[in-house]
Amino acid sequence: MCPEQTPQPQTTRRHAIEIFLGGGLLASLASFLYPVLRYFVPPAVVDLGGDEVVAAKLGDLKPNSGKIFRFGSRPGLLILNSDGAYRALSATCTHLGCTVQYRPDLREIWCACHNGTYDLNGRNVSGPPPRPLDVFDVHVRGDEIVVNRKREA
Amino acid sequence: MIAAIVRWLDERLHLDGLIAPLRHKTVPTHRLSYWYFFGGITLFLFIIQVLTGILLLLYYRPGANEAFESVQYIMTRVQFGWLIRSIHSWSANLMIFTAFVHMFSVTFLKAYRKPRELTWVTGMLLLFLVMGFGFSGYLLPWNTLAFFATKVGTEIAGQVPIIGRPMMIFLRGGEEVTGATLTRFFGFHVAVLPLIVVILIAIHLFLVQLQGMSVPPKVEAEWTANPSARREMKFLPNFLLRELMAWYVAIGVLAALAAIFPWGLGVKADPFVSAPAGIKPEWYFLFMFQTLKLIPSKVWFIDGEVLGVLGCTLAGLFWLLLPFFESDKPARTRAWITGLSIFALVYVVGMSIYGFLAN
Repeated sequence: MCPEQTPQPQTTRRHAIEIFLGGGLLASLASFLYPVLRYFVPPAVVDLGGDEVVAAKLGDLKPNSGKIFRFGSRPGLLILNSDGAYRALSATCTHLGCTVQYRPDLREIWCACHNGTYDLNGRNVSGPPPRPLDVFDVHVRGDEIVVNRKREA
Repeated sequence: MIAAIVRWLDERLHLDGLIAPLRHKTVPTHRLSYWYFFGGITLFLFIIQVLTGILLLLYYRPGANEAFESVQYIMTRVQFGWLIRSIHSWSANLMIFTAFVHMFSVTFLKAYRKPRELTWVTGMLLLFLVMGFGFSGYLLPWNTLAFFATKVGTEIAGQVPIIGRPMMIFLRGGEEVTGATLTRFFGFHVAVLPLIVVILIAIHLFLVQLQGMSVPPKVEAEWTANPSARREMKFLPNFLLRELMAWYVAIGVLAALAAIFPWGLGVKADPFVSAPAGIKPEWYFLFMFQTLKLIPSKVWFIDGEVLGVLGCTLAGLFWLLLPFFESDKPARTRAWITGLSIFALVYVVGMSIYGFLAN
């Protein structure tokens, strides 16, 4: 080692090594962490439900009652009014996602979790729900009650 | 024989050196000393949780098609299975209760003051994790109440701006609460949380051992004025024996509750039924549940839920950092923190009772 040599080049050399070592360490850390982070995210589930489902058979429901049916991976609510008309709506409360039910005594849709109510058109009437329920199309085909997602206009 | 084994071990490990700190340890004796027991009782109930949890693992099967049936099997077919499961549930509830008592006693006795800030922080983290234990364990029997509690709880987590939704999907293992959620919660409950909690308990106990018991400011002032009034008891064996007596009482209460009021199982979860009337979260979440219920759906332009969640998070964060707002001069404790602690206790208890009675 030459005593007259200034320490300058040595520190830069050390500095460069530190950058390479540190960068390499960070890069390997990132290469460990990236797959783990991606692993956390569950793969998307393909919803095989489609846009149409048979919710019930004619005669399954008494007038002024409701029934939960399966619409893809989510629940739907089919209601038979006291005047004999069918209605179908999403049964997932817009507040915190509980499953709502038809209350024959109130003639309203009610969520037991936080006491939210909707009218038969799905409009949020009282309680915490921030938005109306999605309304589906219903029609009778043979003896089956068929529910469709509304087509976007 | 035993003496010979102890001597053999002592020659190799110098046991005396290992327990010497415990021999020197003393516990201040004063009119508020009995509050010191609650941390120990919480620890004891945690040990019971670990032991009964391991026993339940012998028969429990996670999975949407098996979980409910396996708990049913434990409760009806396995000998004393109902007792083990009942003790696990009751001990969980008692542990959360004693953890809260311990936390509030430390708040009011101002035991979090310098130099014990880190003991407080680890303790608060443990309290949060214990509630995480409660939330994740509640789902494992896969019954209707648990299903909707998890649905609402994770949905609330999803209300947090920006990180909320990814967090909800991470917790649920998908968009909806399904068997995938159950598998994840099982993993959190039996592997992730126990590991973190055991490490934190070790740090918490190490800090308590290192710094000794705190003396409440008032008692400290009396003792400074009149040093002859200072009283202490040896940790080994005097305090430890008293603590063991408290544990004995705790196990008596626990066994009585578990045997007289066996924990129910409810109805198997079905994603395609309506939420049952009268559904409520566990009592230790009631004060937050009731708070969320009272906030209107819109406050100015912010969603009520978002406001509630942010409010609860900020309150929790503030409570976690409480010691850093306190004066570090022992004689000058801040009165507003005492006032706030009284408010917090009244709020938590009041809202819990209100939530319990409200429809």
